[in-house]
Amino acid sequence: MHNSTQTAPETASVQRRSFLRTVGAAAVTGGILTACSTADLQVSPSGARAAAPGDIITLPGGDLGILNYAFVLEQLEARFYEMVLANPYSGITAMEMQIFQDLRNHEVTHRAFYRTALGGAGIPDLTFDFSSINFRQRTDVLEASRMFAEVGTAAYTGGGKYLTDPENLKVAGKIVSLEARHVAIIREMEYMNQTAFSGDNIVMDGLFIKMEPSEVLPKAQKYILEKIDGRNLPTAVA
Amino acid sequence: MNLQNLFNELEQVDGDFIGRMEHVSRRGLFSALTKKTVAVAAPTILASALNNAYGQGMMLPDNVVDVLNFALTLEYLEYRFYDIGNNLTMIPSQYKPAFELIRQHEELHVKLLKKVLGSKAIAEPKFDFTAKGMFPDVFSNFQTFAAVSQAFEDTGVRAYKGQAPNLMNAKPILETALQIHSTEATHAARIRFLRGQKGWIPLASPSGLPPAVGAMVYKGEDNVTQKNINLAGILNGLVPLEGITEAYDEPLTKEEVLEIVKPFLA
Repeated sequence: MHNSTQTAPETASVQRRSFLRTVGAAAVTGGILTACSTADLQVSPSGARAAAPGDIITLPGGDLGILNYAFVLEQLEARFYEMVLANPYSGITAMEMQIFQDLRNHEVTHRAFYRTALGGAGIPDLTFDFSSINFRQRTDVLEASRMFAEVGTAAYTGGGKYLTDPENLKVAGKIVSLEARHVAIIREMEYMNQTAFSGDNIVMDGLFIKMEPSEVLPKAQKYILEKIDGRNLPTAVA
Repeated sequence: MNLQNLFNELEQVDGDFIGRMEHVSRRGLFSALTKKTVAVAAPTILASALNNAYGQGMMLPDNVVDVLNFALTLEYLEYRFYDIGNNLTMIPSQYKPAFELIRQHEELHVKLLKKVLGSKAIAEPKFDFTAKGMFPDVFSNFQTFAAVSQAFEDTGVRAYKGQAPNLMNAKPILETALQIHSTEATHAARIRFLRGQKGWIPLASPSGLPPAVGAMVYKGEDNVTQKNINLAGILNGLVPLEGITEAYDEPLTKEEVLEIVKPFLA
């Protein structure tokens, strides 16, 4: 691909390879979440109870499934940035702090939107385990931020086609470009003044990568103590 | 799926296809067809699939043709702007890689849209990047160039967003449009950032653009209501108003976009 533009350092290309390999592996193992639940979406009437580690949360089909799928990712991101702000890494600059504050504000807003919009049809509050991330290390935090933003953007970019209600597509469209803006800025923090902000491991032939729910959920699952079962999510466009 | 036929077809549609797959030797292409190579080739395969599905524009529904030609107009505008800028020395060296990458992406978008539209693609219009004298030094003053770039990129994001619901009857094209839309958003964030702006749009701030232009480009970006839910009420005290508005990019209608673009058409 466009090697003339690939000026990110060697670490970036290593990350690119490993990102793609992970995507591939995720696709192969998609549908790994076959734990034995036949229940519909498990929620309390209020839709707001905290889930418990080990619970199996089976997402419904249709638009409601896709919106809950997005809600999983928004919960993950919001909680992650709350953790970043609560444990700022050593040497964080004022500008970086402001950026993470903004990222937190955006994701908390998205989370609150889905919680309210979905009401009783929304998944419970999930429980997260970020122990694999060293929040004191700038590189760890940026790497995780980048991964969450990239997966989120690719998930919305690939998920939009499954929505059947134009109002749902509109709101998803309003969010996806924000997630893509996050990708660009986080990558700029990592690789200043290069081409990483829209580099050829996330934008191929001018098109941002897209991912299917079966590719995305295993990547999110690593940080979630409940089991997210996406078997009912749409897999073919209407 | 007959891969041999598929790849032969791809080479016909896109003579550079094998070149794009440079990390895979030609001999090893089929045996090495891992998930990774499929992912890398996906956009090219998609362009081919779109051509096959829609017969190079002959079978495209009229509403889709309209949307794609509207998008093509904006992509022509962006590509020509960066292509001229690319030949000038005013861009500081540290920003050259960013503008060159964006130029390449806009060129790819032009090519893709023309390929899908086939004979129905409109020709490139003539442009006036001074916007009738509003930006006389656009190609000699980097600050002006970057400001116009920001206006184009943020407008592009909002324009694709506004058209997405009009593509729901052509799902493969909708998906491609969403991929372009996400790409434009990475451009917009980078350009805003290098101008000392936030990567996202706070309220309906002109974000360093001339007020008249900023008012058009960012009209409605101060919205806090999504699907009839007033987020300012829910998040009062938890997220500042600015953050709530940043969290959503708002669409622009075709008419609003054309009002922004009109001065740039010669």
